[in-house]
Amino acid sequence: MSSVQHPLRKYLRPSVEATTFCPGCGDGTVLQCILRAIDELGMIMDDFVFVSGIGCAAWIISPNFNADVLHTTHGRPIAFATGIKLSLPEKKVMVVSGDGDLTAIGGNHLIHAARRNIEMVVICANNGIYGMTGGQVAPTTPREARTITTPHGSLENTFDISPMVQAAGATYVARWTTHQPRQLTKSIKKAIQKKGFAFVEVISQCPVQFGAKTGAGGAVEMLEMYRERSISVKKAGEMSPQEIEDKIVTGEFVDTVKPELCEEVARLKKKVRGKG
Amino acid sequence: MGNVACAEGAIAGGCEFAAGYPITPASEIGHTLAKRLPEVDGYFLQTEDEISAICAAIGASWTGKRVFVPTSGPGISLMLENIGFAVGIETPCVLVNVQRGGPTTGAPSMGLQGDMVQPRRGSHGEYEIVALCPSSPQEMFDHTAQAFNLAERYRTPVFVMADAFIGHMREEVTIPEADEIEITYRKIPEEGTDLSKIKVFLDEDVAPMPIFGRGFKSHVTSSCHDEHGNRNLIDPTALDNFIQRLRNKILKHRDEIVQVESDYDGCELVLVAYGAVARCAKEAVRVARSKGMPVGYLRVITAWPFPDREVRDLSERVKKILVLENNAGQYYPYVRASAAERAEVAFLPPEILGQVHRLEYVVEKIEEMIQ
Repeated sequence: MSSVQHPLRKYLRPSVEATTFCPGCGDGTVLQCILRAIDELGMIMDDFVFVSGIGCAAWIISPNFNADVLHTTHGRPIAFATGIKLSLPEKKVMVVSGDGDLTAIGGNHLIHAARRNIEMVVICANNGIYGMTGGQVAPTTPREARTITTPHGSLENTFDISPMVQAAGATYVARWTTHQPRQLTKSIKKAIQKKGFAFVEVISQCPVQFGAKTGAGGAVEMLEMYRERSISVKKAGEMSPQEIEDKIVTGEFVDTVKPELCEEVARLKKKVRGKG
Repeated sequence: MGNVACAEGAIAGGCEFAAGYPITPASEIGHTLAKRLPEVDGYFLQTEDEISAICAAIGASWTGKRVFVPTSGPGISLMLENIGFAVGIETPCVLVNVQRGGPTTGAPSMGLQGDMVQPRRGSHGEYEIVALCPSSPQEMFDHTAQAFNLAERYRTPVFVMADAFIGHMREEVTIPEADEIEITYRKIPEEGTDLSKIKVFLDEDVAPMPIFGRGFKSHVTSSCHDEHGNRNLIDPTALDNFIQRLRNKILKHRDEIVQVESDYDGCELVLVAYGAVARCAKEAVRVARSKGMPVGYLRVITAWPFPDREVRDLSERVKKILVLENNAGQYYPYVRASAAERAEVAFLPPEILGQVHRLEYVVEKIEEMIQ
């Protein structure tokens, strides 16, 4: 056994010995970028409460992170996180989950938390498919893609998650792919420091389900595809909708300031109790 | 109003966070809490749906807050998955169901005791629950305050099963002075405790709750887990342990939880009822006794866990039992099963479902059964 330890090992639960992710999965990249962001900010795990839903990406934090972790029901992590943040406003609350969890079954909570502008970080690992349950079509699956429940090709349109969350009122929204870990880490750092609802979407490869079912190939092919198709938000603004159809628009969609819910609640309590 | 008394009972019980979605006939509880909670440093969050309400409340409870979720039957239907989640991760929380006419959207303003088995069996899987049945606005106050102590003591969801009649009933309510109300707090591990060294889940005598924000590094999952919160999805004995410990945590303490009110010494026939209907049952007993009939009553205060011992004792001491409910017979099969042929058990719904039994109708039934 080597005595050399990975510098981020200290953030992982000592009992964790192996990852549950499939070979080539992008979730490991997401995990490492979150821990790097925390590390680079000089924060400790006790500064956070982590909340996850159901699906592969929910396992990024549970049981791996050596911190307070609530592993919740399918689609609901943001709803749980809302109650936690309102009651522990001094802690950072971070939700890490997948596109199915956050935008299909849990879509309502996502848009309303963004609307409320409650301070929390939501990291959405978007692999465009239901991985854990066997490769079913998701709201994020490209039109015409073949999955186990769309064997003749998907007939439905695809959610463009980040602009949706921006439209719902989030004060920080960014999207990167797992091919851009440095940019992703920087965005997670900004999201953690944001006084408001901060959403980071990560286009993340699922070679075992998405790659195999849709013909997108293995992890390397998918990462190469991310590199080839990624364009910046700025560049996308200069292109027509037809021109960006096959592109992955990456970068910061919004970074703004609005009243934050926990601060508003504190102000309300002071006012009602005659101290404001 | 019963619903206002319920909200005041929550505050008297130490409620610090409530979440809900508008729904008839429970809305007045949220209205009152939205005004009152900030006055006591609390907050009422109106959520985007009932699912979010129960989840936010569970999240707040895991930070150590005393939490409350008022709603009606359709709201409970939406919450059931996460009520099971609260049971599984042992979360103190109080829910009130101001029951309305169902099934489905039904008749929102009418009272029906139509959801009596829902808290017990509504969420999937095996579990036990605690549910109280107030019969008056005063008990809306008392039971709600008491429910917080039960929830904290046993780290479990506790239901207050009201209905539209009780929720909208106007009657005098006495609110005791704050120092007269007993407050029970949940156990929390001492700061610095290593959670791998002590039980924080699945203790039949209720484990201390490793709440968030205290540096415990708690791993909290509703998936089958052990006493320390470590997931185990492959060992059937772990599942058995998970189910049985959670059930026994309630059942082992049933004597401290179960309450009934009874008066049937020397009686031949006993009326069993709860909630709004118990008011009519008690009055019918009074009228029948004034006519010389040997009739008593047993009012169920704690619907769940089922007062099996109390019903068995009753069945050993009387000939006939008449169960009155404002529904098509939800609690009746449980009473009949516990009586187990030792006494004759009959069921009497109201003449019209959605109305509390008419007094004369019940007295006539008593006369018929006594003869």
